[in-house]
Amino acid sequence: MEAIAECIENIIGAPVHMLEDLDEPKEAFVEKRNQWDSSVILRALINMAPPDALRLLGVTSRDLCVPVLTFVFGQAQLDGLVSIISTARLKPEFYGLSASTELTLERACKEAIHELGHTFGLVHCGDRSCAMSLSTHVGDVDIKNAEFCRGCRSFLRDRVTAALADESRPGREKQL
Amino acid sequence: MWKILVVDDELIMRESLAAWLMEDGYTVDTAASGQEGVELAKKTEYTIYFVDLKMPGIDGIETMTQIHKLHPDAAVIIITAFATVDTAITAMKEGAQEYVVKPCSPQEISLIVERIIHLENLERENKILRKKLNDRYTFHDIISKNPKMHELFALVNDVANLRSTVLIQGESGTGKDLIAKAIHQSSDRSESRFVAVSCAALAETLLESELFGHERGAFTGAVSQSKGKFEIADGGTLFLDEIGGISHKLQVDLLRVLQERSFFRVGGSKEVAVNVRVIAATNADLLAAVRDGTFREDLYYRLNVINIHIPPLRDRLEDIPLLVRHFMERISFELGKTVSGLTDGAIARLMSHQWPGNVRELENSIERAIVTCHDGVLTEENLSFLDGNESEEEEAISPGDMSLADLERRAIKATLSRTEGNVKEAASILGIDRSTLYDKLKRYNLRR
Repeated sequence: MEAIAECIENIIGAPVHMLEDLDEPKEAFVEKRNQWDSSVILRALINMAPPDALRLLGVTSRDLCVPVLTFVFGQAQLDGLVSIISTARLKPEFYGLSASTELTLERACKEAIHELGHTFGLVHCGDRSCAMSLSTHVGDVDIKNAEFCRGCRSFLRDRVTAALADESRPGREKQL
Repeated sequence: MWKILVVDDELIMRESLAAWLMEDGYTVDTAASGQEGVELAKKTEYTIYFVDLKMPGIDGIETMTQIHKLHPDAAVIIITAFATVDTAITAMKEGAQEYVVKPCSPQEISLIVERIIHLENLERENKILRKKLNDRYTFHDIISKNPKMHELFALVNDVANLRSTVLIQGESGTGKDLIAKAIHQSSDRSESRFVAVSCAALAETLLESELFGHERGAFTGAVSQSKGKFEIADGGTLFLDEIGGISHKLQVDLLRVLQERSFFRVGGSKEVAVNVRVIAATNADLLAAVRDGTFREDLYYRLNVINIHIPPLRDRLEDIPLLVRHFMERISFELGKTVSGLTDGAIARLMSHQWPGNVRELENSIERAIVTCHDGVLTEENLSFLDGNESEEEEAISPGDMSLADLERRAIKATLSRTEGNVKEAASILGIDRSTLYDKLKRYNLRR
């Protein structure tokens, strides 16, 4: 978690505070798919965000999905407050390969930056090396960097600066 | 910005799909029922419609049908949690672009959307390029990239606003009527009427009445006064097609109108003044007709103030691919067939044909080929009737083995081919009058 926090501080440029461990809400569990509905978890996270938080990122080892998709690496409120990533499918062992904490962390950092980028209003980027590039397969995650391309970085810098200056902390009223 | 509509009665389904698509940068609207989806489609044209198959009220297939009525080219993706082979077949048969089973992999959704957007981009680009090409090569519905034709278009623009009479000469099927219309459309008379008369299609007395009108009682059947084409075209343009075949008397009458700008209705004594621009056309050699005394010299020079000669199609072969593409698009649409391409062999066959009937023959040939085309691509086989294959077959049959009707059909066809579709000339050679020849063309299903 510290490694992810450090990565976020470096790339997003905002201080990171870690909350106590939280349990996933039970109603998010989809029994017939043995997965967790990330939309339900996001809804719960909105209520858990500290009042002074600029954005809230959840990190879970649960396998996440949304009703219409078989899985997601993560999900975010577009231009909103909360986001979540799952390490379940970022682990090499999920694909029958040898475990590698280093690789899992590297992938988790990229997905954390990606989902936080969405919360600042960034959409998927056509530059395959940009953190905002869409990943529908773990191979896509490996191709991209944790950093943003020049365009996305410029957009994000403006949004983060504006968000840090705005003490009303907008985004909480936004529905999923 | 590409717009997507998600229609699903389940809130979590439509919201999760919408959220996923919005992360891709699309503008996404959602609808909770087929009816709501159709209402939104009436107000906005979306690039892609995701429609759930099973919904209360109107189901996904009916929703798709109604969307397609509003936007025939819309890409509809049917999504369902209850996939069966039957529903998939029904969805695709009814026009769905894709059939997706939920939950589906993120990769599948992304690939489908990417593919549709890619196609849509290509289609838009194609439309823009086609329009640019058409603008470059199209002049009042006349398509050409031939330099001589472009000189002709420039001449049309130069003479459009003059009142001078124009004589358009060119072989049958070269589009003399289109040039006449182009002159009218480019002129300051374009707000007034363009009236066309085919001088060869009417008997002399009928043509006289047709052109100048008649007074009540002028002849048997003239129960009321009638305006002729000259009066109808007052302020506009009168196009006299196939002028070469008019009688000596009509030549005199016409000369008088052109000189005096007035005429008498048939059976009338009151002079009628008109402001009409006359454009005449012929596929005959009028100068030769003047030399052999069948056409008045003074009328010839009165008509031939501005002369426009349209080159035959065989002298502008570079226009054939453009014209073929144009006719294919129009005719396949009119016939409700999807014919979008043609093989190299077909192009070679079209380029090597001599086209004695010019653009009209090309148009008819493309129509005939499209009728026999079954796989969306015109081949050499679809054009096998060109280059006289049919007549060679007919030649092989001895007249002794043919019925009288077959012989007559062959004689008419051969004569029309010799006169390049000129019915009056063909009727004269065959020794029958024009109306009889028209009857026989209809009976034997022959084209000019």
